Amino acid sequence: MSIQHHAPDELGHDYLEIRGLTVDFDGFKAVDGVDLTLLQGRLHFLIGPNGAGKTTLVDAVTGLVAGTGLARYRNQDLLGMRSHRIVRAGIGRTFQTATVFEELTVLQNLDIAGGIHRRAWAMALARRGVPAYVEQALEAIGLQDLRDRPAGVLAHGQKQWLEIGMLLVQDAKVMLLDEPVAGMSAEEREETGELLRRIGYERTIVVIEHDMEFVRRFADVVTVMHAGTVLAEGSVSEIQADPRVQEVYLGRQLDAVADDEGAAEVEAQVQAEVEATVEEGGRRA
Amino acid sequence: MTSRTKVRDTRLRGYAPLVAIALLAVLLLVVAPATLSQFRLNSLGKYLCWAIAAVGIGLAWGRGGMLVMGQGVFFGLGGYAMAMHLKLEAAGPGGVPDFMVLYGDGTMPAFWEPFRSGPFTLAAIVLLPAAVATALGWLIFKRKVKGAYFAILTQAMAVVFATLLIATIKETGGFNGLNQFTTFFGYNLYDPVNKQMVYSIAAGALIGCLVVAWQLYRSRFGELLVATRDAEERVRFLGHDPANIKLVAFVVAAVMASIGGALFAPIAGIISPSDVDATASIFLIAGVALGGRALLLGPALGAITVGFGRTYLSEQFPTQWTYFLGLLFVLVILLLPRGVGDLPRALRAGLRGRSA
Amino acid sequence: MDAFTTPFLAGTATGALLLIAALGLTLTFGQMGVINMAHGEFLMVGAYTAYVTQQVVTSVDLSILVALPVAFLVAGSLGLLLEATVISFMYRRPLDTLLVTVGVSLVLQQLAKDVFGAQGDPVQAPGWLVGTIPVFGYNWPYRQIFTVALALSSLACLAALLRYSAFGRRIRATVQNRDLAETLGIATRRVDRLTFFIGSGLAGIGGVAVSLISGTNPGLGRTYIISAFLVVVAGGLGQLKGTVIAAFTVGIATAFFADWTSASMAQVATFALVVVFLQLRPQGLFTVRTRGLA
Repeated sequence: MSIQHHAPDELGHDYLEIRGLTVDFDGFKAVDGVDLTLLQGRLHFLIGPNGAGKTTLVDAVTGLVAGTGLARYRNQDLLGMRSHRIVRAGIGRTFQTATVFEELTVLQNLDIAGGIHRRAWAMALARRGVPAYVEQALEAIGLQDLRDRPAGVLAHGQKQWLEIGMLLVQDAKVMLLDEPVAGMSAEEREETGELLRRIGYERTIVVIEHDMEFVRRFADVVTVMHAGTVLAEGSVSEIQADPRVQEVYLGRQLDAVADDEGAAEVEAQVQAEVEATVEEGGRRA
Repeated sequence: MTSRTKVRDTRLRGYAPLVAIALLAVLLLVVAPATLSQFRLNSLGKYLCWAIAAVGIGLAWGRGGMLVMGQGVFFGLGGYAMAMHLKLEAAGPGGVPDFMVLYGDGTMPAFWEPFRSGPFTLAAIVLLPAAVATALGWLIFKRKVKGAYFAILTQAMAVVFATLLIATIKETGGFNGLNQFTTFFGYNLYDPVNKQMVYSIAAGALIGCLVVAWQLYRSRFGELLVATRDAEERVRFLGHDPANIKLVAFVVAAVMASIGGALFAPIAGIISPSDVDATASIFLIAGVALGGRALLLGPALGAITVGFGRTYLSEQFPTQWTYFLGLLFVLVILLLPRGVGDLPRALRAGLRGRSA
Repeated sequence: MDAFTTPFLAGTATGALLLIAALGLTLTFGQMGVINMAHGEFLMVGAYTAYVTQQVVTSVDLSILVALPVAFLVAGSLGLLLEATVISFMYRRPLDTLLVTVGVSLVLQQLAKDVFGAQGDPVQAPGWLVGTIPVFGYNWPYRQIFTVALALSSLACLAALLRYSAFGRRIRATVQNRDLAETLGIATRRVDRLTFFIGSGLAGIGGVAVSLISGTNPGLGRTYIISAFLVVVAGGLGQLKGTVIAAFTVGIATAFFADWTSASMAQVATFALVVVFLQLRPQGLFTVRTRGLA
């Protein structure tokens, strides 16, 4: 495998390059030799059954768990860097359970995310007014009316938006979003997708998602992970037509029924989704 | 229109604490000296020194979530640094502190020598605790040791510090500590005017620390500190190393405790291991818990109250004072974890909750 | 040989005392997240139980044997009382339990002072514990050997209880996942109370051993609590194995440091040792959940 040394501008695109990424939990390889190239300006989706290693992959890239291999961004290897350094290098992420500072207001939450772009002495001063970039982020996520509310009272979806807003203030060039639309209404999902499209133009955005409808609607590139490896990569229709992907989703469902009755319902839903996906894919093709 | 008045409102409210601090300044610097006897004023001076340390604890614990149970160490670093200087002043140029002749062979350890210099002593009062806190904090925070572990380590530090002091009778006066100071930077400490001056310095230092705390609380750093307290790992993903944020608060708290200790020595006329050991550190915490750990004035007022209570109760019930201190902890933490200072807010919230 | 044997064996005895004290701490800390700063006072209570027992059961040879179960019950009941009246109100507020129990420890110390006097009282060792046995040139006192034996048998009982009894299984289940244990029908509150009882009772037994070595003293608990906590910190949460290793390491290391320098410098060195140890192995002291950070 050859690694090309491009400065971001040579391609005209910024990108995050992952090569041979492996995360080993005491012998269990949660991520096993993953290669991915994530380009600016496209909405990348990372899908796969639970336990496929999606979140772990993001954890490794953001310094939460140790990984081996390479995760290069702008000629810096992110593996081995500490989390806050990775953030300063321009990589931002969100979490499945939205984590905002509940006691701070929406505005304060956004403002606090801009800390890395301020000089040290400015930290000793009080916030005066609202910086333009905070105002822009507030506008982008559409929470202007709630700016002075404590973030703790926000609805789940609004918290996810706020987190994305914080990444905007942080000026993250790469955004790794872990299930941002889980628990959102159809309308909210649509808005979130539009938001990602708008801000994704000049960023590299990676979304971990289970909701196939959302994936179909907004994904430019889809990567399917299974058992720590990349199973398939391509456009939505390519993925849907891939027999290996179908097998993984359906095969897993049978296993699940065997060991957990409660999950069977959920799995059945997943199956229905996949089938619908496959059907639609077939129609398109 | 409404939004503009709202902005002005919050801005005014932002400066209300400053008014409260100014009020406190008038009380301490004008009213107290005019109304209290020399003896009571001197006692108040001691409480103010504890209050200075308490402001720092409020910053580290209330805002930063670091339960510092060994602030006595920093209180002691400042106190002993100052006391060493005062002992050397009392001994005169080239002289040796009396206790070294009493317990030792009359030679002075080399580390005492620089404390003959006033400026060196003042610098040491700030730099010594800052250096110790930086070293210890860096080791602890970088390895993500926190919560109860941190509290226990700091408490252990206080135990170790006091043990060390007691064991070094020839160097630090041992169990007796350092006492019998005669002058304070040339001013005779037996002169009531000078005593009041030292008191005023302590009051001024407390006001100064409160202003510093006020500015820190309203600053972006203050917001970040609270954010770190509530969700340390999340702060990492804002691009900050929480260890650095906590370290700053810890060091500032240490310096404040040291300043309190440095002024305590001339006011109390003594600094001894019992002023700086684990129990003394816990005593400092008590005031902060009582007043309200996360509030601006809570820790200071709480410390003054507990200090007053200690004097009063010790006078009334010589041996039972400890029961009160113990019960204070149990009741405050159990019933009012945010302190007495939080009562108005809690009541308001309660009323609102009922009416809603 | 003597320069090695003496601190090693004396340190082993200290380590044994720390182990008994730390077992109870790590149990309650690991399971309930409760930091009981009054745990040291349970040691003191155990020591005074030995003293009082000696006043009642005048046969010195017998009184210690009587004192052991009595101290376990007395300290354990006191722990139960503390749990029921104070600690049960503040689960999931570990730092606050720490402070509340600091208050309790102050009260208990003062109480001991008022009841028994500020000066300590001697506890006579039974005849069968008087004397020494030469080990590589060091005359190892029977009392120290007794302490080690007591610690190891306490450890064995506790380990067996945790591993083989139904109650032990419930404890382990509660430690690993309290919510899940509850949904499985385990009365976690009852488990908590029993754990607290056993943990405090162990401190009572430790107190009897302490009383044989240094008599009673209202401030006795304070001498051991911080070292015991350092053992828990270094040993890892609720880890019996880690606690055992840490207890004996701290005990023996302190004895060596004391031998080389002085008792007070040894405290400094031990503290430094624990801080340095945390540099190397802070693992187990913190957890990061990756799906969320709340």
